[in-house]
Amino acid sequence: MVVAVDHEASGLSSSEYERKLAEFEARINRGEKIEPADWMPETYRKQLIRLIHVHANSEICGALPEGKWIPRAPTFKRKLALLAKVQDEVGHAQLLYRATETLGPTREQLVEDLISGRSKFSNVFHYPAETWADVAIIAWLIDGAAIVNQVMMSEGSYGPYARALKRICYEEAFHLKHGYEMCCVLARGTKVQRAMLQDALDRWWAPIMMFHGPSDKVSTHTELLVRWRIKLKTNDEQRQQFLRQFVPKMHDLKLKVPDPSLRFDKKSQQWLYDDPDWEEFKRVVCGGGPVTAERLEARRLAHVDGLWVREAMVAAAQNRPIPMPSPN
Amino acid sequence: MTDTQWPVYEVFHQQARGEPHMHVGSIHAPDADMALILGKEQYCRRQACVNIWVVPHEAIHATAYENDDIFIRGTDKSYRESWGYQTPKTVRATDGGTADDG
Repeated sequence: MVVAVDHEASGLSSSEYERKLAEFEARINRGEKIEPADWMPETYRKQLIRLIHVHANSEICGALPEGKWIPRAPTFKRKLALLAKVQDEVGHAQLLYRATETLGPTREQLVEDLISGRSKFSNVFHYPAETWADVAIIAWLIDGAAIVNQVMMSEGSYGPYARALKRICYEEAFHLKHGYEMCCVLARGTKVQRAMLQDALDRWWAPIMMFHGPSDKVSTHTELLVRWRIKLKTNDEQRQQFLRQFVPKMHDLKLKVPDPSLRFDKKSQQWLYDDPDWEEFKRVVCGGGPVTAERLEARRLAHVDGLWVREAMVAAAQNRPIPMPSPN
Repeated sequence: MTDTQWPVYEVFHQQARGEPHMHVGSIHAPDADMALILGKEQYCRRQACVNIWVVPHEAIHATAYENDDIFIRGTDKSYRESWGYQTPKTVRATDGGTADDG
């Protein structure tokens, strides 16, 4: 079905389309990167635009719950770290919007689609960061879950996205380490600090378990995305990798994971868990999360409030005198 | 909404004086001065950087990958390489006589 749609969009004869598609898939199988000017099936382009756009939106929206805590950071060192992390996240969004633009859409369209709610952003950023421990859990576990995803995607087939992700992963390393350090401090702190950390984990566990997306059993497109190396692992494989990496550390910190059925099954070498509420996931990513409207309003305000800066930059560029050659 | 789809500048950074500038990515900016500022903010937050270049995207001319035959070495070019020459480990020079450059 996908092939038929792509064939129609390509405007090529059947045999010509088949030949191009075979050549495209052979390049991907050889591990070559696809570049913006190269021929690609329409579905490949559309899926990448959707994916990278959502990723860019998530970096922007992910900066909002953390940004709120900058003025409330408990120490100066934490404030500096949080400022740097938020700056990184916004920078990552810029890299990813640039990568999306190489596939066709303009920056205006991409910004407008987020503000108007036409495009999505990651489920986890539709929830509020209520306490300082939320900041620690977000930086450790959500950045950790994101790194599992991004390291995988950085080996993907689309050149501009893969290159942007290499940079992003390099910078994310500090977010993760800083997040883990914050969690260690709270876990080894007073009773109140420990309780605050446990409370944050209790609230964030379900959204984090949904982070990598619906189970493979119901996820559409996965097979094609894997074949074209847009994705290298399925959602469930990524979730398993996240659990393998982080559950033992949560146990080390004596945190209680709020899923009584979570256990490692030696036979299948898999973590078994209660499926999160996928109806909630659908509702949240489609705009029905607890703070979806607040996030989009913050983004809209930033865009409107920043208009004078963009206009001033254009005015400065137009008014700048052209340097004259010196008389001698 | 004003259009901010400004020109694209390709960004190159240099990690130390004397090293080559390397392409790191691209940004939008209304002019070259602003591109230098934004390029620094975007690409020089971590690794050492002593200098950046920004180049308007249109200024870059590239070969087409379809024309990859221009890079194919059709003939034996081993004469351009040091391994294209063999010399004996020890050499006993002759004491003149007729030259025969083989």
